[in-house]
Amino acid sequence: MDILVCVKRVPMVGGKVLVTADGQDLDTRMSGFTVSPHEECAIEEAVQITEREGGTVTVLTLGPPEAADQLRDMLAVGAHRGVLLETDGREWGPVATAAAIVAAVGELGHTPFPLILAGNESADTGGYQVGIRVAHALGRPCLTGVKRLELAGDTIRAAREYRGVHELFEVALPAVVTVREGINLPRYPSLPGRLRAKRAEITVLRPQWQADGLRKQGLRVPVGSARRAQVLGHGTAAVPALIDVLGDLGVLPPAVRSGGDGAAA
Amino acid sequence: MSEVGASTADAGEADRAEQAAASGGGVICLVERDGATIAEASLRALTFAASLAGPLVSVTAVVPPRSGTGMAEPDTEVIAAVLAANGATDVCLVRPADLSAYAPVAWARSLEQLTETGGASAVVAAATDHGSEVLAHLGAMAGLPVAANCVSAESSGPGSWQLVRQRWAGSVLEDAVLEASRALLTVAADALPPSAAPGGESLADGAGHRPTVRVVTPALSEADLRVRATEAAEQSSGMSLATARVVVGGGRGVGGPDGFATLEELADLLGGIVGVSRVVTSQGWRPHRQQVGQTGTKISPELYLACGISGAIQHMAGCMSARHIVAVNTDADAPIIAHAEYAVIGDLNEVIPALIEAIRARAS
Repeated sequence: MDILVCVKRVPMVGGKVLVTADGQDLDTRMSGFTVSPHEECAIEEAVQITEREGGTVTVLTLGPPEAADQLRDMLAVGAHRGVLLETDGREWGPVATAAAIVAAVGELGHTPFPLILAGNESADTGGYQVGIRVAHALGRPCLTGVKRLELAGDTIRAAREYRGVHELFEVALPAVVTVREGINLPRYPSLPGRLRAKRAEITVLRPQWQADGLRKQGLRVPVGSARRAQVLGHGTAAVPALIDVLGDLGVLPPAVRSGGDGAAA
Repeated sequence: MSEVGASTADAGEADRAEQAAASGGGVICLVERDGATIAEASLRALTFAASLAGPLVSVTAVVPPRSGTGMAEPDTEVIAAVLAANGATDVCLVRPADLSAYAPVAWARSLEQLTETGGASAVVAAATDHGSEVLAHLGAMAGLPVAANCVSAESSGPGSWQLVRQRWAGSVLEDAVLEASRALLTVAADALPPSAAPGGESLADGAGHRPTVRVVTPALSEADLRVRATEAAEQSSGMSLATARVVVGGGRGVGGPDGFATLEELADLLGGIVGVSRVVTSQGWRPHRQQVGQTGTKISPELYLACGISGAIQHMAGCMSARHIVAVNTDADAPIIAHAEYAVIGDLNEVIPALIEAIRARAS
């Protein structure tokens, strides 16, 4: 089966986020870029399906020319073909992104992609929409948030959890499925994989940006979110103070709470 | 869409409908069940919807079916009282003919039909899995944008709204303008104040107002029902990460898959459960279901004891609702220290065994 997987290039954030001076983007001078976590799992799932049943994995992203790096990362872990929907660096909303993906599916025409995979939501905007909008435009069913996926002929069975309930779904291909981290454990790239990815040719399309009614004015980091912990001490010497804190919070076992006055380990 | 039954409307109903028409339509809020009650996230979204609507406009709480797993149909009176206390002026129970389980497109179709008959200016849902999914379908059907993860919204003229919404699961805020014929918003419920109990002060027009309750049957096509859930109760294996009172967290500092036995022992002593950071699950040290974070489980315990966890944005997004955070870390400059209330600077592989020993010594 020929599978299309859609991924998004996002900043690799660590412990702290900084916004650029003009307030329009995250400051990425000290960080790199990656694809959103759920999408790494979408690629892994697609690669496992084609390893089992044959077929190809096409990885697609919409972003600036540098987003080709993320396509190569995905080619290195088993995708066969990369497609870049190249932009001028402007931010694209879900409506425009989905329209560009649908147009690309048409242009890449010779393969109808019975299965289109994506991440459930991106790490940055968390919009929860691109897969669903693509599905509507193509007249396909869409399963979201999938944590277990089984293919049996033309049928997809998928499972997820919501509020303590297992939700099971079954639809016929062609379909769009968005997955969540935990569906599998993505592999690391192999050396031959990296070399193949480096040499691979990437198809570049240049879709037209469109406004979708939602306009970003600026980004900011919420104020007052950072404080500083009271240091109880260093190493095992801090254990008595730590026990006192746990006692104050009322989380110690009852026997300790009643009898533990002042005793130190 | 057919109305199967309409119960009492009070005298204010006609006035409110007129005012709603004059000010460009009411606000509709999708409300989710949580067992026999209404989901807390939905009640917060409803309050958000009521403040967006203002005092003169109707706020319709739309309640789709939820079969749960053999759950009894909750008492309509009780539901109506809870919804009214949180700002609803009208309650609309959706009862599709052939459907009791969750079906995202069918839910979206129901909302679409209600917004068209009522001329709603905005549709709001909690940014839960179901809320986000249904609003995305509604946006796709209607050709409208959806502003996801809003923490505030106000009308800035006809067809225009000024919004603040979360990015990076709340680590960054975005100021935005939405221009559309109808605002579709999901609400970051965690960031909003808790809901009101019935009998409390209502935010809506006329505190104590008894909402109109309607039952509607949407017109659904076969395609609307293609995706529908079969539900099964989750195998309960004791305590859940999402609801545990104490969570003992382990990160890279644990050092490998074997180090978690000590954390499990401490969690048992404290009546809690072990949670882990993303690096632990991507290394395959522990299963993904134990992950706390943006792509794992969001926790809200009384105490989160974070051991050997640096405090990446991705992790903090999952534990920022913890009431108290205590960190054990070798690095006094780790980001977790800026989020914790108390910290022990040291190696968890020394501190935690000593803590366990001390707790046991005191208990005996």
